[in-house]
Amino acid sequence: MGINKDSNGFTFGFAVVLVVAVGIVLAITAMGLKPFQQENVQQEKIQDILSAININVSRSEAKDQFYDYVIDRVALDYEGNVIKQEDGKIITLDEGQEAYEGDPFNVDVQKEFRGLPAEERSYPLYICEKGGERFYVIPMVGRGLWGPIWGFVSLYGDGETIYGANFDHKSETPGLGAEISLPMFEDQFEQRPIFNESGEFASVRVVKAGNAGSDPHKVDGITGGTITSVGVDEMLKRTLQIYIPYFENNKNS
Amino acid sequence: MADTVEEVVNKESEPLFSKKNRKLLTDPLDDDNPITVQVLGICSALAITVQVQQALIMALSVLFVMIGGNLMVSLIRNVIPNRIRIIVQLVIVAFLVILVDQILKAFVYDISKALSVFVGLIISNCIIMGRLEAFALGNKPGPSVLDAIGNAAGFGWILIAVAVVREVFGSGTFSLPGMGQVNLIPEAFFNMGYMNNNMMILPPMALVTVGVIIWIQRSRNTKLIEEN
Repeated sequence: MGINKDSNGFTFGFAVVLVVAVGIVLAITAMGLKPFQQENVQQEKIQDILSAININVSRSEAKDQFYDYVIDRVALDYEGNVIKQEDGKIITLDEGQEAYEGDPFNVDVQKEFRGLPAEERSYPLYICEKGGERFYVIPMVGRGLWGPIWGFVSLYGDGETIYGANFDHKSETPGLGAEISLPMFEDQFEQRPIFNESGEFASVRVVKAGNAGSDPHKVDGITGGTITSVGVDEMLKRTLQIYIPYFENNKNS
Repeated sequence: MADTVEEVVNKESEPLFSKKNRKLLTDPLDDDNPITVQVLGICSALAITVQVQQALIMALSVLFVMIGGNLMVSLIRNVIPNRIRIIVQLVIVAFLVILVDQILKAFVYDISKALSVFVGLIISNCIIMGRLEAFALGNKPGPSVLDAIGNAAGFGWILIAVAVVREVFGSGTFSLPGMGQVNLIPEAFFNMGYMNNNMMILPPMALVTVGVIIWIQRSRNTKLIEEN
C-alpha cells in the first residue's frame, strides 16, 4: 500500500470516512424502522389501557379491541376542563403535527411529567364501556427509586371506586420495587373507594407492608421496596385529584 | 497479484477448522474463560443475572456484537491507523450495539423492553474491546469469527449459570424469553417455612456465585492454579 497510514492526513481521512459511513447506515436504519417501533409503542399503550379495565389482549390484537371498548377520549387541564376530545380513529403523525397533537391519545404523559409544571400538563382520560357499564381509565406517572414508574388506573362510572390498576416501571429493583407490576400488588386496589366516609378525597394510601389491615383506604406496600411504594402512593394521590372536578360535573349532567 | 498468491498459500496451509483454530472456540469455554479466568465483563455478569431470560438475551446480543465487531475490525485491520485504533474499535462496537437495539425495538419489542438499559452495557463490555484489540487486529476474518464465537459462548454460559442459581434461589422461578416466569418452588415449601433468599437478587450474591464457579473450575482444572 502506497499511503503512509500513520500520517496525520490519512488518520483524519480514515476517521471522517468511518464516522460518516457508520452515521449514514444508522440514520437509514433508524428511519426505516421507525414506523415499526412507533406501532409497537402504540400497541403497548392500548394493551395497558385495556388491561386497566381487566381486558387482557395480545399486543397484535390490541388495536382492534381498542375501538370496541374505548368510546371517547378527552384531555383535561389542571382545573379539570376538557381541552382536547376525540372519539374516532387514533390519529397518527401521517395526518399532520396539529391533528396528531389534538388527539388525547397522543399526549405523552411521561414527557410532560418530566418537562412541564403540574399546571401546564394535560391529563388524558379514556372513557370506556364494557358490558354496558361505564369506566374511566386514568394514565399516571411518578417517580420510583431508580427511574420513572407509571400506571393506568380505572374507576367505575361514578368516579368514586377503583375498578382495576396496572402499574409498570422502567428500572426498579427486580424482586423488590419491581413487584409493583405484579398482580399480587395491583389486585389490592380493586374495589377501593377513593373518598373517605365524610366524602373527602382520600386516595388509596400505600402503607408499610402488613400494616394495611382491613382498612379500605390502605393497601400493603412492597417489603424492601419502600421508595417505590411511596412513589405509587404519591402518584395516585396527585393524579386522581385532578380528575375529581370532571367526574363531579359529569355526574350532574 | 502478489497478495492473492500469498493468501491462497496461507489458506491451504491452515484450514479454518485446524487444531489451532478449534482451540479458539474451545479455550474460552474453560481454560481461558473471559469471566472466570480473565475476570473481564464482570459488570454485566453482576447486573443482569437476576433472571435467566435476561441473561440469555444478553448472551445472544453479545454474540452478535462480538462476531460483527471481530469480523469488521479484522477486515479493515490493515488500514486502521495505529494511533486511533481504540476509537475506531469503539465506533464499530457502538454502531453494532445501536443496530441491535433498533432492530430489537422494531421486531421483538418485548425482548427489547426486557433488555432496556443493558443494551448500552454491551458497549462497555471489556471482553468485546479486549478481543478486538488482542485478536481481530492481528488475525484474518475466519479465525476472528471463531474467536468471537468462542469468547461469546464462554461469557454466555457463565452468565446463564449464574442467572439460574440466582433466579431459582432468589425468586423461586425460572424464566425463558417468550415464556414468562414459571414457579419452581411448590407452595407447600413456603407453607413449611421456606423463603426466597432476597440477598440472591442483589449484586453481591452474583459476585459470590461467580466466585464459587471459579472455585469449582480451579479444583477441577489444575492448569489454572498458579505455581507460587
